[in-house]
Amino acid sequence: MIAGRAWKYGDDVNTDVIFPGRYTYARMEPKEMAQHALEDLDPAFAREVKPGDVIVAGRNFGCGSSREQAATCLAAAGVGAVVAKGFARIFFRNAINSGLLVLEIPDAVDAIQSGDRVEIDVAGGALTHKGRRYPFPPLPDVVREILAAGGLIPYLRDRLAKEG
Amino acid sequence: MGKTFAEKILAQKAGLAAVEPGQIVTARPDLGMSHDNTAAIVQLFHRISLKRVQEPGKFVVILDHVVPAASVEYAQNHKDIREFVREQGIRFYDVGRGVCHQVVVEEGLARPGDLILGADSHTPTYGALGAFSAGIGRSEMAALWATGELWLKVPTSFRIELEGELPELVTAKDVILYLIGKLGADGAVYRSVEFAGPIVERMGIADRMVMANMAAEMGAKNAFIAPDETTFAYLADRTKDAFTPIYPDPDAVYEKVVRFDVGDLEPQVACPPGVDHVVPISHVAGKKVDQVVLGTCTNGRIEDLRLAAEVMSGRPVAEGVRMIVLPASQEVWLQAAEEGLLAEFVAAGALVLNPGCGPCLGAHEGVLAPGEVGLATSNRNFKGRMGSPDAELYLGSPAVAAAAAATGKITDPRRLLEEGR
Repeated sequence: MIAGRAWKYGDDVNTDVIFPGRYTYARMEPKEMAQHALEDLDPAFAREVKPGDVIVAGRNFGCGSSREQAATCLAAAGVGAVVAKGFARIFFRNAINSGLLVLEIPDAVDAIQSGDRVEIDVAGGALTHKGRRYPFPPLPDVVREILAAGGLIPYLRDRLAKEG
Repeated sequence: MGKTFAEKILAQKAGLAAVEPGQIVTARPDLGMSHDNTAAIVQLFHRISLKRVQEPGKFVVILDHVVPAASVEYAQNHKDIREFVREQGIRFYDVGRGVCHQVVVEEGLARPGDLILGADSHTPTYGALGAFSAGIGRSEMAALWATGELWLKVPTSFRIELEGELPELVTAKDVILYLIGKLGADGAVYRSVEFAGPIVERMGIADRMVMANMAAEMGAKNAFIAPDETTFAYLADRTKDAFTPIYPDPDAVYEKVVRFDVGDLEPQVACPPGVDHVVPISHVAGKKVDQVVLGTCTNGRIEDLRLAAEVMSGRPVAEGVRMIVLPASQEVWLQAAEEGLLAEFVAAGALVLNPGCGPCLGAHEGVLAPGEVGLATSNRNFKGRMGSPDAELYLGSPAVAAAAAATGKITDPRRLLEEGR
């Protein structure tokens, strides 16, 4: 179960404002990346975000550069999930590969305001906000397995170890 | 029922008879490309607990993003990458060779019918030569090194047909900006975009690369332009390997087919802070600029430099304006030098830099200060993209960039050309 406060943003939130290009080729551990999360969009976010908080956004979240840190920094900041009306494709892949849950639930996005409490039951396939339940379809097997392993790299490490 | 380009090539690369949109397939790419981010990919690769890249001959690494190294940290990244590629036997182009997408094409590594995955969002560029190419993340490149395969969702396809005859000084950049403005930054998310029609057929490889490159800015997974005599002539000098082009079936099923007549298009400009905030140049003419950047994987080819020089036609860079020129590769740099273009730019007061991404991603070589206004031939104008989040960045063609450099403000390049006559 994921539970936390919502941080709401608009359409076309791009990876340059999620994780600025000026840091993108610097060597950083995920914890340090988390300190720059959403730096050019909402400077308060990195300071105040709590584990389990949920980012809620409009269309095309994560558009722009393919930089994986845009997903890694959010996962490392403790973000429980990103719920949006839609995602840019490379970000969507990067998020799953970083172990970050991404869900397209347009109705929920319209209802949720910044600061609201949001609960997500991944196994049960539903988001709950102000007593209303927003179901979402089950994740594809490969996606579920990668998320469960904590990302593509640990998933692959386990798989290759099993295959010997 | 006919199949689109994406459906045909992904079926082939996944070893299946046929695939449907939405299907997830495991495909084996012909080439994997990464750049300065290879340092981070190496760290991820080691976490998989593998020592060797399985098929090193299928990968290429090109240093271009922050070259030459702008800090000790970048220098260390580059050093680690050099050691890794030597150890693993991966094809490598060091700092100075050029921007990754330009180098891949110049080196004949992107051929019709190839599946190419690159750890860079502008990887769709190789669709200009009839390859299927898409951007992926760093973990995915590490996974490719480890296994040689990756899951891909078969996209639905758009077909965009471009008709008419482009007016003088209206370029591929204006066409693609116009399309992004019409379709939106998410207008083609996860779609395969096929460009067709007489406008595209008449374009050279350089202009086709502009179209495919910026398809990424409407969210496309990949772009495609049917290989033809132009493609084969370009590749004739650049690759000895045989290739088999793949074409969409005439009765392929598209999610959307759109036709645009671009015969009376004005030069277009994307306004900050979105690539789809596109207006005809007359709407923003007169906006003062502090810096002009001519170059990048979008518009740093010899054709672009020639066009900019033609528009400037000996005029100096306007007082108070900084003009930065970055040829996209060593080959372009040398050609521009031979044609006297670099000398013209420098004599006009511009700075000519080494081939590379330069200030496009805001890391070095001419970032913007708060409150400054830039105009670039690059592909993104997001907040903070070229430096300060409080700077403004406009995007336009090389002709628009040259006119802005010469006048110090956004100016219709056709006006300058007329004055010069």
